[in-house]
Amino acid sequence: MPEDSTAKPSLGPGMRTVERPERFGAAAEDAVELELDDDAVVNAQELVRDARIDEVLDRLDSELVALRDVKTRIREIAALLVVDRLRRSVGLESEPPTLHMCFTGNPGAGKTTVAMRMGEILYRLGYVRKGHLVSVTRDDLVGQYVGHTAPKTTEVLKRAMGGVLFIDEAYHIYRVDNERDYGQEAVEMLLQVMENQRQDLVVIMAGYKKEMDRFFSDVPGLSSRIAHHIDFPDYSIGELMEIASMMVERQHYRLGEDAGPAFEEYLAMRMTQPRFANGRSVRNALDRIRMRQAIRIYEAAGRGRRLTKKDLVTIEAEDILKSRVFDGGAYAPESIGRS
Amino acid sequence: MVNSGLRITQGTFSYLPDFSDEETKSQIQYGIDNGWAPSVEFTDDPHPRNVYWEMWGMPMFDLKDAAAALFEVKRCREAFPTSYIRVSLYNSKLTKQTTALQFIVHRPPYEPGFRLDRQESTDRIVRYTLHAYALDRPHGNRDA
Repeated sequence: MPEDSTAKPSLGPGMRTVERPERFGAAAEDAVELELDDDAVVNAQELVRDARIDEVLDRLDSELVALRDVKTRIREIAALLVVDRLRRSVGLESEPPTLHMCFTGNPGAGKTTVAMRMGEILYRLGYVRKGHLVSVTRDDLVGQYVGHTAPKTTEVLKRAMGGVLFIDEAYHIYRVDNERDYGQEAVEMLLQVMENQRQDLVVIMAGYKKEMDRFFSDVPGLSSRIAHHIDFPDYSIGELMEIASMMVERQHYRLGEDAGPAFEEYLAMRMTQPRFANGRSVRNALDRIRMRQAIRIYEAAGRGRRLTKKDLVTIEAEDILKSRVFDGGAYAPESIGRS
Repeated sequence: MVNSGLRITQGTFSYLPDFSDEETKSQIQYGIDNGWAPSVEFTDDPHPRNVYWEMWGMPMFDLKDAAAALFEVKRCREAFPTSYIRVSLYNSKLTKQTTALQFIVHRPPYEPGFRLDRQESTDRIVRYTLHAYALDRPHGNRDA
């Protein structure tokens, strides 16, 4: 049996503390060597072109509105991974960076959307081997009786290996107020794998800012194992309009002449009302507007009007202005009835 | 026939030197890429006719990456360092539904080997059988 396969896997923290000083030493030597090498520049261009990293980043830029922090961070990660690969090509070893992430922000700020993209991005960058995304919530991790949680969590982690594990509403996993809750066990398992199998999977947690902060203070050691804490700010009205026009376009609709300003007016009012959820509210509003457009067309057709393709595509201002938001006050968007 | 130090040869690759973790991983990945499901099994009975080994957890049908299977191999190795451990890759395709690839990934540090037993029977008939020295001790207590 060769040495490396008989050696027991290190699950405790002891082994790592031994390794660290060596790594630091190696890194210091690397720096000296790096100065000696001149032809790395040529490789860089090739590598960037081969991985088509620019393409990925450009797509991210064009398809997601605003989110400057997120894009900058992804750009940085991309650059680091490219440089890392270059360094490896000239024989400089360094530990791959930890890429566990935590996305915080208000509802509808784009956390899930970005996370869904992350798998592909990291795959293109060559950080994860398969690039699939396993999306889970508390139910998938925490069991219902003693001894149920660990295998359940392990199962999920194994499924995610080689890709990205996305834990939505991560703060639900652990409930401080209930001592008998099995969430603790899932968190411990998660911590262990996040630390020991860093090269095998990337964990992305997402949740609302306040709840996540509480979750991190309840679980010591978790926050520090996540290298990237990225906050998703709320969108401005201009950005929301941009999102709206993107959504409209993607669904092959067009805003009529007065519809644009009407929708902006709608958003301005909606933003001041409770339970505003950024991008998600825009999406919901558009869905309702489409329904109103549909009924308008349906009724017009019933009256014997001839329809053109343009009629099917165009959203008119009246579709928007019928919204309950304009009645002021009594707002219940998610309830059945006129909204 | 004293044959101490005999390495048992079962499954694929058993005449080769033992695989490193990295080599094991790429073999498993080959199987996964073919749509086969890896599973980890272990035993302390090296007899060649012992085909049903104990299962280390369920077969892993929905894996994308071999790292997860290797993770289970390592956990099994940690729990049973003196057992034999093998990985089976099961092809679940209709009309196949059989083990496609199976190889040993861990052996006990010392393999005591086998002896040949002769049994005198009627009419000067001699029956032969293989006796694994490892089986002289009771199951679960065979730390070679």
